[in-house]
Amino acid sequence: MNRYTETIQTLAAKLLETGDVKTVLGFKRGTFPLTTEPFLATTPADTGELYWDVNCRLNLATYLKKEMGKVAVVAKGCDTRNILVHITENRIKREDVVIIGVPCTGMIEVKKATEMAGGDILYATEQGEEMILTTAGEEIRVPKAQLLRQNCALCAHPNPVIYDMLVADPVPVQTGMDRYADIREIDAKTSDAKWAFFDEAFSACTRCYACRNACPLCYCPTCFVDESRPQWVGKGTDPVDVRTYHMLRAIHCAGRCTECGACESACPMDVPVRLLTRKMEKTVGDRWGLEAGLTLDARPAQDIFCLDDPEEFIL
Amino acid sequence: MTILTIDRTSWNAGLDRARGDYTLVGSAWDADCLGFRELAPDEYPNMEGLLTRLSPKGVVFPPSQIMMTCALKPGDVKQNIYVSEEKLPSPRAVIGIRPCDAKALSLMPLNFDTGETKDPYVLNAWESCTWIGLAVTEPLASDFSTSCGTGPFDESPLDVLLVDDGERYLAKVITDKGTAWARSAGFETEAEEGAEALIKTKKEAAERAITSAISFDRIKEKTVLELYEANHWQKTTFACLNCGACTFACPTCWCFDIQDEVYEGKSYRMRNWDSCMTSLFTQHGSGHNPRETPLQRTRQRFMHKLKYFQDKYETGIMCVGCGRCIEQCPAGIDIREVCKTMNSQA
Amino acid sequence: MQNPYVPYPVRIDAIDVATEDKSLKTFRFSFLDPEDEKKFNYQAGQFAELSVPGQGEIPIGIASSPTEKGFLMFTVFKTGKVTNWLHEMQPGDIMGIRGPLGKGYPWDTLVGKNILIVGGGFAFTTLRSSIKMILEPENRSKFGTLDVVYGARTPGMLLYTDELTAWEKRDDIHMHITVDGTDDPAWNYHTGFVPALTEKVAPAASDDTYAIVCGPPVMIKFTLPVLEKLGYSHDHIIMSLENRMKCGIGMCGRCNIGTERVCMDGPVFTLAEINLTPSEF
Repeated sequence: MNRYTETIQTLAAKLLETGDVKTVLGFKRGTFPLTTEPFLATTPADTGELYWDVNCRLNLATYLKKEMGKVAVVAKGCDTRNILVHITENRIKREDVVIIGVPCTGMIEVKKATEMAGGDILYATEQGEEMILTTAGEEIRVPKAQLLRQNCALCAHPNPVIYDMLVADPVPVQTGMDRYADIREIDAKTSDAKWAFFDEAFSACTRCYACRNACPLCYCPTCFVDESRPQWVGKGTDPVDVRTYHMLRAIHCAGRCTECGACESACPMDVPVRLLTRKMEKTVGDRWGLEAGLTLDARPAQDIFCLDDPEEFIL
Repeated sequence: MTILTIDRTSWNAGLDRARGDYTLVGSAWDADCLGFRELAPDEYPNMEGLLTRLSPKGVVFPPSQIMMTCALKPGDVKQNIYVSEEKLPSPRAVIGIRPCDAKALSLMPLNFDTGETKDPYVLNAWESCTWIGLAVTEPLASDFSTSCGTGPFDESPLDVLLVDDGERYLAKVITDKGTAWARSAGFETEAEEGAEALIKTKKEAAERAITSAISFDRIKEKTVLELYEANHWQKTTFACLNCGACTFACPTCWCFDIQDEVYEGKSYRMRNWDSCMTSLFTQHGSGHNPRETPLQRTRQRFMHKLKYFQDKYETGIMCVGCGRCIEQCPAGIDIREVCKTMNSQA
Repeated sequence: MQNPYVPYPVRIDAIDVATEDKSLKTFRFSFLDPEDEKKFNYQAGQFAELSVPGQGEIPIGIASSPTEKGFLMFTVFKTGKVTNWLHEMQPGDIMGIRGPLGKGYPWDTLVGKNILIVGGGFAFTTLRSSIKMILEPENRSKFGTLDVVYGARTPGMLLYTDELTAWEKRDDIHMHITVDGTDDPAWNYHTGFVPALTEKVAPAASDDTYAIVCGPPVMIKFTLPVLEKLGYSHDHIIMSLENRMKCGIGMCGRCNIGTERVCMDGPVFTLAEINLTPSEF
């Protein structure tokens, strides 16, 4: 059992034993290689199932519901930022949630691992900085860094921003990485080339809404795509409707998205949905110098306006 | 039944010959996604035996389809009168479909032909197909097809079963439809006597490679209400995000929505894939919703697949063990575990 | 292959506001092609999909009786996208009807039996169809006693008031009309809720007496225990369900309660049948 798992289990058991919380929201080991499953521990005995590894791609803030009562939640850096956004948006109360912060070294992308392994992965284990991937034919060792999700590889806030306890000492924070190289590349395209690019990028979308449902920020009681009076968007697979959905969702998340990557990890069709949310993130940063989920003292970007706001761009 | 041998070097030429009589359908890459669709005239099906991201159900049941149209412009003699847009599809050869996927599609008439009414879109498309399956010789870890009344070499839903044998395919021609396709492709060299035994050996090896064995016996015996009211559902469904990823990937999820879309004075009545995972699926006009909670919706999906369908048609469960939902569930839900739980707990 | 999704073209012949709050309107339709009317062979208790071009379809119980020829009648509550549009349509407009769909009330079983009809609010439509059918001279002798308990919130919310008044005067039907409350001094029927009135006026339970219950969930919830208390057995209580539907022909997958598809195996079920299903309605 890895050290993180052990500590999470101990902390969770203690919280439940003392009655500090009713439940602990964490991950358990998946039944399938390279998966985990969100799990709600309600008794100290349950906490033995809590688990942590490089496959905790979802953001558990999605599972936080007001009616849960006092709940502890296991959260990576990006997840804690998201919880902070939820607190700012009066979605949850700070005192209702105990944050078990996880200094994070990044989550891996299954597709990269499968490509690297060259076949169906039967077992995968983490060993230090390496992943050991076992297929029917062979066992290969790959540096974890090569398998990281893009949002993890570019992560600027791996350590919890807001927490009640930490699972380990903070991890080193990388600096100097270029977060927006691909975004600038798309920005530089001509209108026609951009159009063609996005046509292709979203063509595989089936509108299963895994991205929306995995996203903790998508908590509207009725999503605009589900409205029928008026009906804003068609429900078929017409590219116009598909693009409208993705673009509007990204704009709804502007200044709120904390780059947890749950949307893209959840997508069964590998649609690069984060291109849009990161474009928004870049815009909000460039225009107003704001970054989501870092402090409880600032209002979200779409919630404020100043007389000297730049006006050449309307978000 | 005959077994043909098809040299790989003559495979594409045969497919091309058959294009005169058949539209080819097969798996093909679109960007990074392997899908199952109609092939362009110069395109050949991917025959690596990979699992397509979405199942081939779209071949007979497209994600979005125009069912009928009507003119809305005043003055048009047909104003406000819907006219069917059903087309009688020309013969299609579906090349390289996995046997368990073909099995799933062979169950579709149970749903789309109720005796009293027949869905012409699905049934005509289904009828137009000749199913040329490709045996699965290297099953994935998520495959549990042998538990679901089918398997990597299941011939029952196929017209031809292709078996990869290195430099050649062995083609077991099962039906008259299969014979017609083979003739059209010019595949006529009969395989050596030992071919049948060779296929059997490969079949046994493939079946052995599937390690999941799931039973459904107690699910069948128990009543609907015993299974429905069992106390595990809170736990079983907790992680579910209620997205539709599993339902869209699944070859036996056929639920759909009907929507009118208006464009330039014309109404298009569309059929779109729908998902029991969404709240809107069952929400009344009044707002009342019989399956309001995520638990109810997730339970509905598993109950439908593993119990309701089984009780209604007595042809087994509504799952062929293809493993897509296991591979694609963002929350790591494994239907095999749900089966085990349902089968063991009351 | 007959395409079951294509509606028959119909013309709206008349639109009447059915309730004082104007939330319900009664539509009378005639088929553009008389041949279609012959094909549209229905029983009381069945429903149809009303097809509004460019808006969509809605499943609505058929309010006319199979004995009324030359037209179809539906009473529609204004609630969603399609019904809002429909309420704005005009006599003469062309639209579509698809059906008849589902199974009606079990008339083969009901022949020779006493019938208690319990209805509430705007679910009275297929009950109106049933009463109208039973009261036809050629049919009335086929059935035993006929009791009708019908309630609405206020007098102005009762449907088909002219007919209610006419039925009230007959001696081959016992009408028990009630409203939740009213300050109208001229109101000379019952006040109070449907379940309480049912308890008072329902005919004695017997093997030969069936209850047909159709109304809003809250009325059903409180009426069923009353009928049980009066000794009605579960297979003598007949209900009509209203799940969300799209196709109406058992294929689109949303209206099921367990193994039963409400659109096709229902919408009419006995309580005994419903008890075997998860009650997802």
